[in-house]
Amino acid sequence: MRQKYYLFLFVIFCSVCARQAAAQDDDLLKMAEAADSTQQNASYTTGIFKGTRIITGHSVQTNAQKELVLLISHRFGTLNSGAYNFFGLDNAVMRLALEYGLTNNLNVGFGRSSYQKTFDGFLKYRFMRQQDGGWQRPVSAVLFGSAALNSLRPSNPEQDIMFKSRLTYTTQLLIARKFNQNLSLQLSPTWIHRNLVPTRQDESDVYAIGLSGRHKITKRTSFNAEYFYLLPGHTADTYTNALSLSFDIETGGHVFQLLFSNSIGMIEKNLIADNMGTWGNGDIYFGFNISRVFDLDKSRKMDKKKY
Amino acid sequence: MKVFLLLIWLLVLGSGEGVAQNRYFTRAGHIWFFSETPIENIEAHNKAVSSFLSFDTGELVFSVPMKNYEFRKSLMQEHFNENFLETDKYPRGTFKGTITNIQSIDFRKDGVYPTKVTGTLTIHGVSRQVTADGTLDVKGNRIGAKSTFTITPQEYNIEIPLLVRNHIAKIIQINVDMQYEPYVAKQ
Repeated sequence: MRQKYYLFLFVIFCSVCARQAAAQDDDLLKMAEAADSTQQNASYTTGIFKGTRIITGHSVQTNAQKELVLLISHRFGTLNSGAYNFFGLDNAVMRLALEYGLTNNLNVGFGRSSYQKTFDGFLKYRFMRQQDGGWQRPVSAVLFGSAALNSLRPSNPEQDIMFKSRLTYTTQLLIARKFNQNLSLQLSPTWIHRNLVPTRQDESDVYAIGLSGRHKITKRTSFNAEYFYLLPGHTADTYTNALSLSFDIETGGHVFQLLFSNSIGMIEKNLIADNMGTWGNGDIYFGFNISRVFDLDKSRKMDKKKY
Repeated sequence: MKVFLLLIWLLVLGSGEGVAQNRYFTRAGHIWFFSETPIENIEAHNKAVSSFLSFDTGELVFSVPMKNYEFRKSLMQEHFNENFLETDKYPRGTFKGTITNIQSIDFRKDGVYPTKVTGTLTIHGVSRQVTADGTLDVKGNRIGAKSTFTITPQEYNIEIPLLVRNHIAKIIQINVDMQYEPYVAKQ
């Protein structure tokens, strides 16, 4: 009986101890952290790339609704053009463009390049957005379509070029993933259709695969690379694959990109389908891109009363 | 004798459950902040803050999922996450403190009570002591808590680059608005 009694007391003692131990573990902050949504809500991955362009090609980033981006791109002449041409800086081609967010996922844009006096317009639709944590939405994916109009006057004034012959269409699927804070990679299968080609051998349809990436160096600077591989065919034999390298500096609403590329084109058809430069020969164009974001939505102003 | 011991045991267990009754909880707390400069006003709201309030000890804790701050401009939000608060690295801000005048608050009587809170605020991986004044609004078994205090980004190692330095205030005002409900522990 006595033994049983001690046993009973021991059990009570243990249970009291356990309860106190539990009370000590009962850290309110741990409980609050467990209850918050940091882990529960899969949030969208932000800043896969810094801007809507990786270098010259489009990235999976889209502008938010009612956000307007002004893009100014310059490409100087080739570095191998000699001291007389100040290593290319005497020549410059440029492109001015505006991009606008119709919705957070649908963007429209227009541009004008001095190269071949080309007008271009595009639509960009993001149909999947990468989410943090887990593999539910591992990538962001964008469907991109553009049309470019070459408005150069015919070299022979007698000869008339039909409007539809001046058009080139580009269709791209952009798939990108931000692997960690610093590294993002993108794959961009591309199909370019030209209504008119210079010679009989040239292909109307050009297929290419783009591989591009960004690696952050500091919080506001990054190193980018972009390569377009032409799939075997006549175009791949005549023209070269475009390789561009850039250094980005980001400051608030601006992104500055300083770049070197073997391509002078600033739109897909020139960049991918008829690029002539080779790095080995020193056909390297120095250039820069500046983008400035304007927020046009005044109604989105946060009213204190709403909360 | 056994019955007597059993009673003691039940008493011990029972008192433990009594403790849990005095805790209040929310997971939809609202915290927002202002940065006011002549160039730009920045405002961001977070309505997913989880917080506990304990009457017995006066303990008050907050856990703030930093990615839930919503800005008017999506670019601001991106900069907040990517460059300033580095929310991938530091996903939550926390506060662990006590209501120092908990004795003077009668939780059974409706009314608005001024409170003083002191504790450790951790943001961007940096912990600092803060003190803030606020109010507790007791209405039946619901308790509202409000407070406003200021912090400076520098104190929490939040670097602001030269180019945007004039866009972001030196002192940021933080507002807290919580609606607590009694906490029932899940067994």
